[in-house]
Amino acid sequence: MIEFRSVTKQYPDGTRAVEDFSLVIPSRKTTVFVGSSGCGKTTILRMINRMVDPSSGSIQIDGKDIGGLEPVALRRSIGYVMQNSGLLPHRKVVDNIATVPLLKGVKKREARLQALELMDTVGLDRAFADRYPSQLSGGQQQRVGVARGLAVDPNILLMDEPFGAVDPLVRSDLQEELIRLQRDLDKTVVFVTHDIDEAFYLGDQVVILKKGGHIAQVGSPAEILADPADDFVADFIGANRGKRALHIEETATGSILVDDDGRPAGTLTGSVPAAGGRAQP
Amino acid sequence: MNYFGSAFAFILDPVNWSASEANPIGSRLGEHLWYTLLALVISAAIALPIGLLIGHTGRGRQAAVLISGGARALPTLGVITLLAVLIGIGLRAPLIAFVILAIPSILAGAYSGLEAVDRKTIDAARAMGMTEWQILRQVEVPLGLPLIIGGLRSATLQIVATATLAYYVGAEGLGSFIFLGLGTNDYPTTLVGAILVVALAVVLEIVYSIIQRLVVPAGVRAIRPQNDRSGATRSRSVVGSPLQEGNK
Repeated sequence: MIEFRSVTKQYPDGTRAVEDFSLVIPSRKTTVFVGSSGCGKTTILRMINRMVDPSSGSIQIDGKDIGGLEPVALRRSIGYVMQNSGLLPHRKVVDNIATVPLLKGVKKREARLQALELMDTVGLDRAFADRYPSQLSGGQQQRVGVARGLAVDPNILLMDEPFGAVDPLVRSDLQEELIRLQRDLDKTVVFVTHDIDEAFYLGDQVVILKKGGHIAQVGSPAEILADPADDFVADFIGANRGKRALHIEETATGSILVDDDGRPAGTLTGSVPAAGGRAQP
Repeated sequence: MNYFGSAFAFILDPVNWSASEANPIGSRLGEHLWYTLLALVISAAIALPIGLLIGHTGRGRQAAVLISGGARALPTLGVITLLAVLIGIGLRAPLIAFVILAIPSILAGAYSGLEAVDRKTIDAARAMGMTEWQILRQVEVPLGLPLIIGGLRSATLQIVATATLAYYVGAEGLGSFIFLGLGTNDYPTTLVGAILVVALAVVLEIVYSIIQRLVVPAGVRAIRPQNDRSGATRSRSVVGSPLQEGNK
C-alpha cells in the first residue's frame, strides 16, 4: 500500500506542481493517474521512488515513511518504466534488463539467465538478447523497458506514460500484455497516462487529476463512468459525447447501439443492460 | 624545392639518426613526443575531473567557458618567456605553458561530451537506482567518450605543434632543428624540424582516429543513421531556424 499524506511539491520559483495531495494506492492493483499535461501526475509518480522529494507532507509505503529511506536503495526496490523506454543505448538488450540486478551484486551469469527469462515473460524473442536498443522497434524497446522494470521482482512498478510513443496497434498489444502480466505477477502498478481510454482499460482504480495535482475523482472505471463527480470529469471522460454516449435505436432488423454522432457502435447482447453496466440510458 | 629535397635527404639519411651525431633526429623526436605526452597527461589529470564534474552537475559551465576562453587567448610564446624568466630555463616553463594551452580543449571535450548524453537516459539510470558515481562511470562517460577523446585529440595536436617552442627556453625537442636553422639561415635544417613535427602530428592523428573508432560504444554507432535522418527532417521542415548540427 502506498499512501500520500497531504503532499505538496513547490519549486523554488514558487510554482506548485502538486498541492495538498492525499491518496491511498492499494496493493496488487493497478492505479492509473490520468490528466492533461501539467496536472502534476508525473511529479506524483516520481515522488514514490524519490526522484522528486515533496516540499511538505509524507509518503508511506506499507506504513514506512520513505522520506527516511536511502533514495538509491529505494529506487532499486521499485520498478520504473518510462516513455521512450530510457534504455542505455550502449548496452545490449540483455544487459539493459540485467542492469539493476548487477548493481545489486547478482552474479553475471545468473543475471543474464534471469534477463532471458524476463524476455519470455514480456513476450520478446530471445534472439533479440544481443541486439542494441537502437536496433529494435519502439514497441520492442518498450517491452525491454518493462522487463527491466521487473528485473528485481519489485512489489511496485511505476509506469510513466510507457506506451505514449508507440503506434496505436502496438500500444493495444502492450496494454493487453500488461494486463496479462498483472494477472500473473500481481504487482502494485502505478501508471500515468493522458489517455482516458488507456486509463479505463488498465486501471482498477482511476485517479482523474486537475491542475496542481488536485483530485477530480477517484474510483473504478465503472464508478466514474456511471457517476462523474462534476462537469470537469464528465467532460474529460467524454461521458456525454462521442463514442461513450451510446443510445439504443430501433431499426427494421433489431435494436442497435448508436453513438453521439449517429454512427452504429454495436449491439446489445442479452436483453437488458445489467445494473452497473457501462451503457448509458 | 631544393630546400625540401635536402631536408628529406637529411631525414632519410640513417647517419643523422645515430646517437653519435650532434643533433640526432631520433633523440629529438623522442623528446618532442615525451614533452607532448607529459603535458597531455598533466593537463588531462587537471581538466578531465573538472570537466566531468561540470558536465555531470551542469554547474560551473559559465566559469569554465570564461576561464578556458581566457587561457586560449594567451599567446604561448609569451607565457613560456614569462615563465622562463620567473622560474628559470629548462623544461618546467614550457611544460606549464603547454598544460595551459591544452586544458581548454580537454575541459570543453569533457563537459560537452557529458552534455551531449540524452537527459532521458540519465534520468532513467537514476530512477533505476544508480548512484551518481555509477551514472558517471557506466552511462555518461561511455556515451560521452567520443567527444571526450575528441578534446584530448585536439589538445594533443596543439601541444605537438607548440612543443617546438620548448627549445627556445633551453629544453630540446624538434624545435632545436627549427631554431638552429633559423639562427644560421640554414633553411633545410628548419624544414627538417617542420617536416618532422607535421609527420608526428599526422601519426598521432591516425592513432587518435583509431582510438576514437574503438571507444565509440557499439550501440551508439548503430544509432547514428537514425539521428542523421531525424536531423535532416527537422532542418527541412522548420524553415528559418538555425540548423542543428551534430548528434545531439
